[in-house]
Amino acid sequence: MALSGLEIFKMLPKTNCKDCGFPTCLAFAMQLAAGKVELEKCPHISEEVKEALSEASQPPILKVEIGAGNDSFVVGEETVMFRHDRTFVNQNAFAVTIEDDMDSGKIEEIIKGVNEVLYERVGQILKVDAVCIKNKSKSIDRFLKVAGDVATLTKKPLILVSSDPETLKTAAEKFKENKPLIHAATADNTDLFITLGKETGCPIAVRGKSFEDIAAITGKMREAGIKNLVIDIGSRDFKDDFYNQIILRIAAIKQKNRLFGYPTIVFPDEMTDNPLKETLIASIFIAKYGSIIVLSNPSHQNIFPLLVYRQNIYTDPRRPMQVEQKIYEIGSPDENSPVLITTNFSLTYFIISGEVESSKVPSWLLVMDVEGQSVLTAWAAGKFVPELIAQFIKKSGIVEKIKKKEIVIPGYVSQLQGELEDELGDGWKVVVGPREAGEVPKFLKEYSA
Amino acid sequence: MSFQVPKNTYTGKINVLKLGKDNTGISVGGEAALPFYSFEGEIPNKPIIAIEVYDTKPSDWPQVVSKYYSDVFDDPVKWAQKSISEYGADAICLKLSKINPDAGDMSPEDAAEITKTVRESISRPLIVYGTGPMEKIAEVMKKISEKNKDSNILMGWVEEDNYKTTAAAAMAYNNNVIALNPLDVNIAKQLNILLTQLELPADRIAMDPSSSGLGYGIEYCYSAMERLKIAALMQDDKMTQMPIISNIAPEIWKVKEVKENEENYPQWGNQEERGINWETISCMSMLLSGTNILVMRHPKAVNIIKEFIKELL
Repeated sequence: MALSGLEIFKMLPKTNCKDCGFPTCLAFAMQLAAGKVELEKCPHISEEVKEALSEASQPPILKVEIGAGNDSFVVGEETVMFRHDRTFVNQNAFAVTIEDDMDSGKIEEIIKGVNEVLYERVGQILKVDAVCIKNKSKSIDRFLKVAGDVATLTKKPLILVSSDPETLKTAAEKFKENKPLIHAATADNTDLFITLGKETGCPIAVRGKSFEDIAAITGKMREAGIKNLVIDIGSRDFKDDFYNQIILRIAAIKQKNRLFGYPTIVFPDEMTDNPLKETLIASIFIAKYGSIIVLSNPSHQNIFPLLVYRQNIYTDPRRPMQVEQKIYEIGSPDENSPVLITTNFSLTYFIISGEVESSKVPSWLLVMDVEGQSVLTAWAAGKFVPELIAQFIKKSGIVEKIKKKEIVIPGYVSQLQGELEDELGDGWKVVVGPREAGEVPKFLKEYSA
Repeated sequence: MSFQVPKNTYTGKINVLKLGKDNTGISVGGEAALPFYSFEGEIPNKPIIAIEVYDTKPSDWPQVVSKYYSDVFDDPVKWAQKSISEYGADAICLKLSKINPDAGDMSPEDAAEITKTVRESISRPLIVYGTGPMEKIAEVMKKISEKNKDSNILMGWVEEDNYKTTAAAAMAYNNNVIALNPLDVNIAKQLNILLTQLELPADRIAMDPSSSGLGYGIEYCYSAMERLKIAALMQDDKMTQMPIISNIAPEIWKVKEVKENEENYPQWGNQEERGINWETISCMSMLLSGTNILVMRHPKAVNIIKEFIKELL
């Protein structure tokens, strides 16, 4: 059960020594309660208190790392039901399925596809996170061979799925350096997986048909000190699993029930044969609480929209997404093309660049860094003002690309026109553009005519 | 251990909005639980899908979607009928693009006539959106309401600065209005207060929180809608209990990620399937965060979303 800031405070030394980096013990306690700092920051607490507190200061959904090295990823650590309450913390992982009875050519092709999925969007790299190998052949040798092959073809973490505990035990021992997720422990073999977890340190998925089943396994594991668990409560029916994911999240976050406080895994690949439906099911679990989402294939038309949606949902609502400050070329602008300026709030950039693009008028779009604020907010905050805008325009190097020194400013800051012309000097002309993005195409067509 | 399934408790309920004439009518709203949380409370009416119909042939639709409508582009009546009989629309969303002074400046009388013709030719409810300046939209909606008395048409839209004419016309002739807000819970509430102070009944209002599509700010829309729904259901805030309409289709089919073909962007994959995914994921996101009416375009996307709504409820 998580403790409040005050309850934690009572157990701290109360010396306000500042060694943790916070001004007072109370401030540190509050941050601990919110799960924002590690207990280790305080060097003065006794082992006893440490044990009591480290338990309590854990987030309601534990952090679990899958894989080892640069390509490992973490899931869990979630603290809210709704993203607007704070933010969703660790984005869900996507895994792509390999069945171990596929021929090696097919396996190579799929892994090649998985490795090729790579998009850059708003300064982030979007990619597939893991490969899920299923022991469909029921042969232990085949499973080990395929897992070995896949491990040489990609560095992405593995999820090893088999219904045979002995197969999983052998595989976990063989690949323990890679820290694959071992799927899955069930109620009748929990002890074996406790040993496996202790010996290999691999994260373990626990599978049960009901909440009671899951709690029995996670409870036993927990007593044995094994906490890097992932819950699979799937019936592989998407309506059931939609319900299950929501209940698990409520139980972990609102009831603070530690037995359900683990990341989850869902298998849209087993819920339908239709790729369009599978994609849509996967998108539901992005918003509604899936931590690892397993897909049947890495087809671009399916994975690309999912990766974009994941990025959107996991954007921190408290921090605006920013795009890089630079000159963006839309279409293939030349020395006679219009020059427009806006701010680096990602939404502003996306909408404006989209409208410029749809106008089919090749243009230069100058995007100025105002710490990710929209035009009006940045103006009000003194960040999008003539002096700074002029500095940016001069430094941007746009003059070398154009003939006519003329720049279009957003209609909402039309009042800047005169002052900006003065700041720029040197024969610059400032033109007031439309207030709304939707009017940009019409404006550009007339302006460039 | 025995596990007590946790439940959210709800104190409020979404208003029921009646669309269409009695014999062809559909109700939306009325739910007393978060979207699809039917295990927590009653959800009497499923979200509905309206397919877009324009009064003129659209010039900027990608071929992967226009091909389903190209035979009816020059006739809104046939377009509406096809959308219902072949593509399973629950309602029609007529977009009056020609009333815009920049695109024909069609008179309110003519716009009302087209609206009436379309309405009378279909057996489903009608939603109608204007385009262009708000003053013109208000004039047009006034006429539309007058010419389509007692039809429970849903008319879009009204804003904080321009709501009186349309709201009064809705009241006088028993039609409904769409209250637009820019992804802002407070402005949404403020506009609902203004409308109800005019004595427009609360159950004649739908809210449009300005949809944004996948990759273009959908998260703002998601959270604004989720906050509206939570205020309505968990805090019993009457001024957020209006059903939500998401005019999402235009936001999907104008973006680069949907318009570009596979030859130019091989890393984005098959264009048509990508477009369908772009529309279904965006629509499902709207549904999960609380929309009651989706305005959609691609027939296959419509089909999948219908199926999912049915399965989840």
